[in-house]
Amino acid sequence: MEVKAASQGLPVIQSGSTPAPAATRQPDGSQVFATTRLESLIDAARKNSLWPLPFGTACCAIEFMSVIMSHYDLSRFGAEVVRFSPRQSDLMIVAGTVTDKMAPVMVRIYEQMAEPKYVISMGACACTGGFYRAYHVVQGIDEFIPVDVYVPGCPPTPEALLQGVIRLQEMIAAGETNYQRMVRAVKAAAAGEAGP
Amino acid sequence: MRSREQRLAAVRESFPDAASVREEPWGDQQTFVVTPDALVSLARVLKDDPRLDCKLLLDVCGADYPERSPRFEAVYHLYSLSHGHRIRLKVPLAEADPRLPSVFPVWKAADWFEREAFDMFGLRFDGHPNLKRILCHPSFQGHPLRKDYDPGQRWLLREGEQDEPAWAREVQEDEDHFETQVLNLGPSHPATHGTLRTVVRLDGEVITRAEAEIGYLHRCFEKMSEQHTWNQVIPYTDRLNYCSAMMNGVGYALTVEKLLKVEAPPRAQVIRVILSELSRIMDHLVCIGANLNDVGAMTPFLYIYQAREEIYSVLEACCGGRLTMSYVRLGGLANDVPPGFEDAVRYLLKRIPPLTDDMERLITENRIFRQRTEGVGVLSAEDAVDWGWTGPCLRASGVGYDVRKAHPYLGYEAFDFKVPVATAGDTYARYLVRVEEVRQSLGIVEQALASLPTGPVITDDHRVALPPKEKVYTEMESLIWHFKLIMDGMKVPAGETYGYTEAANGELGFYVVSDGGGKPYRIKVRPPCFAIFQAYPHMLTGRMVSDSVAILGSLNIIAGELDR
Repeated sequence: MEVKAASQGLPVIQSGSTPAPAATRQPDGSQVFATTRLESLIDAARKNSLWPLPFGTACCAIEFMSVIMSHYDLSRFGAEVVRFSPRQSDLMIVAGTVTDKMAPVMVRIYEQMAEPKYVISMGACACTGGFYRAYHVVQGIDEFIPVDVYVPGCPPTPEALLQGVIRLQEMIAAGETNYQRMVRAVKAAAAGEAGP
Repeated sequence: MRSREQRLAAVRESFPDAASVREEPWGDQQTFVVTPDALVSLARVLKDDPRLDCKLLLDVCGADYPERSPRFEAVYHLYSLSHGHRIRLKVPLAEADPRLPSVFPVWKAADWFEREAFDMFGLRFDGHPNLKRILCHPSFQGHPLRKDYDPGQRWLLREGEQDEPAWAREVQEDEDHFETQVLNLGPSHPATHGTLRTVVRLDGEVITRAEAEIGYLHRCFEKMSEQHTWNQVIPYTDRLNYCSAMMNGVGYALTVEKLLKVEAPPRAQVIRVILSELSRIMDHLVCIGANLNDVGAMTPFLYIYQAREEIYSVLEACCGGRLTMSYVRLGGLANDVPPGFEDAVRYLLKRIPPLTDDMERLITENRIFRQRTEGVGVLSAEDAVDWGWTGPCLRASGVGYDVRKAHPYLGYEAFDFKVPVATAGDTYARYLVRVEEVRQSLGIVEQALASLPTGPVITDDHRVALPPKEKVYTEMESLIWHFKLIMDGMKVPAGETYGYTEAANGELGFYVVSDGGGKPYRIKVRPPCFAIFQAYPHMLTGRMVSDSVAILGSLNIIAGELDR
């Protein structure tokens, strides 16, 4: 998704899932408004103000700290408001190994987050259990919660996590996240029931 | 320091016959094999006799030998701060009823270590005040470190089955306590930096009772290391204390090298020292920064983290990894440092002091910080030793024990450095000790850099290290060694040893047992955090909730090392 400044006045928003916007001009040629779908406008706002909840359990949490700190600076991507309260966040970054003992906690925190919500699985352990093929380690958090973006690495470099966040932003704009798909599926089912 | 014979004679005064206590004549340190009945009385003699004076209980662990009878063994590692000697106790236990008395009344440090041995091996410690699982979750079945337990066998924990202390459910109907409530701090809490959980009962804002629950990051290090070859364990050690990964690998390598009777070449040793000390600086800085962050001072963290990023760039140049390095190999290092390494370290030596000074100017005389930390979380020297504390936290309580000074390794005896000791034993003292250790470590790095020799970085003993590639292609013998090492793996001579180094949080011990095969038979880590954190709930009683956060930050509990 890209935001293009019109020759003058309001920006025109284009998105993969939206019909091409029609800019309307006044008789003297000056532009006064742009049209787009409400969902796209909301998605544009959402993707540029992600509030991450760092569910940091292990080594990856240290690299997550690097990503927030001044050197890599996640705030350049509109996602610097780190909140530890699930009710104030919409992006859960699971950074580190999740054990069987921790899994119910993770599920509970995920359920406490208000919708819409997205999940980034950071690092090999969160994605697949990593090299802990063991009796107390969850073999990938997608056993328990839906994941939007998997970031590989042990731990991933800060650049890799930044790329993961950017990828998530693209997915939100394109309507490809698990949450957006679920909403579409629910709407389609409701329309089907109400139909003829 | 007294001799082995004198110590044996001192024990023999109380235990004249060999029926209950006998000495193993081999081994890397003095070992007594004792029956369960005589354990507690021997423990008292070892602790209270001034000739033995083993005040510090470092570790309690189990071991499983299915071919032997009796099958199980409880192993204790003791240390005397005054004499500097180490003693190991072994208690053989029958498979049918692995039962022995708890030594908790003698050393408080035994509390969690015994619970861990119960959890992992099913050893039953009679008289333990709270013998239940500690690392595995409550729905777990079986004892995972037994040799017949399948490493991949998982058990599901459902919501509602989590462990809760019994007292948390009790309703307290005391007139004075009409306002008590039970509060969960963690396991996902901004001030716990990972996965620690403390359950506290509050009277207003004052904590009247606390209990810590750990194991939320139990990644089965010890079981995993039994499934891998000796060198493959190194990446796992990196993830113990991941704030200073290099030091874990060095500690492990030094221990196994003791069994192999191999020494790393001088250049590798000095590089190990340089990178270990840089890791120590990183670890201390992050501990201080996180502690400050928790008490409300965000700004210093930004200065501190810059120093960390600068160190990362050097580590990354050496091995490609920023955090988890996997740079150590048994017998040396994976590869030589890159060109420009010395200049990069010299740059760090210039760059870190001003950042630390900036932080100190902001914090050390800061009124708010001092009010939050002075006199908060005080632990006396005696209690700290009794709980098994080591490292900066112990030194802040007034005991100047540092493995680098007491038992130098990697040539630490050649470096001129001081061991900072504070006497207050409070949170502020722990901060001061860490800041000073950062400066001392910079001094060590400077001296080590000046003495960096040239030469190979891995031993030429081809039982341990692969021969260089060009030799493999040109010499028959090297080709054979290469083939044998790749196909059969490295063989470590049968035996056991306890290796110890000074990691960022204190004495990091590895108790390694080899059966002569290509994989470790048993590796037990003695994590410094584990001993430190078990005293934490006892430090909270009578303090405010906000103090608990300040205290926790100063202890530097790293979940990877705590839970393994």
